[in-house]
Amino acid sequence: MSVLRTLLASLLVLAAGVTALSASTDGFRAFTSETARRVAVREHPRDLPPVLLQTAQGRTVDLASLRGRWLLVDFIYTRCLTYCSVQGNEFARLQDRLAGPIADGKVLLLSISFDPTHDGPVQLADYQSRSKDRGAGWIAARPTDTAGLEALMRGFGVTAISDGLGGYVHNAAINVVDPRGRLVAIADWDSPQEAEQVVLRGLAR
Amino acid sequence: MTRLQTVVRWAGPILWLTLALPPVRHALESTLTLQMLVQIPLLALVGWWLRPFLPDRAVKVLNAWNRGGISGLLLASFAAMIWMLPRTMDSALNVPWVELAKFTSVPVLLGLPLAVSWPRAGFVVRGVFLVEATATAFRLGWLYLVSPQRLCSNYLLGDQQLAGNALLAIGAAMSLLLAWKLMWGHVDVDGSHRRSHA
Repeated sequence: MSVLRTLLASLLVLAAGVTALSASTDGFRAFTSETARRVAVREHPRDLPPVLLQTAQGRTVDLASLRGRWLLVDFIYTRCLTYCSVQGNEFARLQDRLAGPIADGKVLLLSISFDPTHDGPVQLADYQSRSKDRGAGWIAARPTDTAGLEALMRGFGVTAISDGLGGYVHNAAINVVDPRGRLVAIADWDSPQEAEQVVLRGLAR
Repeated sequence: MTRLQTVVRWAGPILWLTLALPPVRHALESTLTLQMLVQIPLLALVGWWLRPFLPDRAVKVLNAWNRGGISGLLLASFAAMIWMLPRTMDSALNVPWVELAKFTSVPVLLGLPLAVSWPRAGFVVRGVFLVEATATAFRLGWLYLVSPQRLCSNYLLGDQQLAGNALLAIGAAMSLLLAWKLMWGHVDVDGSHRRSHA
């Protein structure tokens, strides 16, 4: 009897275990929280929080007011000396690749600093010129208050941790926001063509 | 019951409460290595120490469904697998209910089933379990060591590689221990038969 009962119990444990594993990996697709974030956004586009931003030109814009066009958003801190310092160059490259839609007002690039105490308009403008800003369709900005910063980090799923050397390590990516103001896709930070594809597909629809 | 016996009996809950204290929790979650190789194993130990709180009748019922400790060890293996995923350890830091799930499921679904099942497991079941655990330490250690990307948004790459090295060291130590036990130790091949009558 105890053999059969143990077999039955083991089968039940097996079924429950596989179900639990599947649930905690989105059906064996997401083994890291970064992949999970991307899967979640792709399947359930997320509305963005209304947050006030101050741009490199010193203007104040509401993130919500940028609706009506495709937004490519990345999160930066201008002191970065490692790989993230190349994020700006990737955005300048996107300015070239998407020059047409940008000129038509259909696409806008937006770099948001998660280090607003250090990154003021001067640092942001310097970051853009260092990255060879082509001059059109790219806004660099910082949230105007801590609540805004937190809402952005939560809304986009950005995690920045101290690197122990005074800088940060963060899950850099290119976030794609559709004209309805929803975060619909997250692409690798160093693969602008991936983000470009999403936008071009969206524009073609 | 003497004072010492009382303390020993309550060691599980005391350890659980200590691990749940915010400063202890934050310290043990400050690096991947500490969370994975210290905090989670200690939570499993909490569960192991909860064994005296199970009433005899419940143990009797459980034993009837747990011949040779097989179903219990299977349960513990699945619980361990889930808490080995980079994603679950990562989100435990950001999502309160995941943290709560860790603090409850690791003792109850990993440590306690181990305590109930291990004494009932015979040579073969123990061997399979230990060899699989050793192989998992090597596989996971290798994964953490060679991954060029950070697998946890909350931890640095160097920390991840440290965890990888630590896992490889644990795997190596377990292999040596197993080999030593097989060659020179006392191996109780018939243990399962004797214990199943108990």
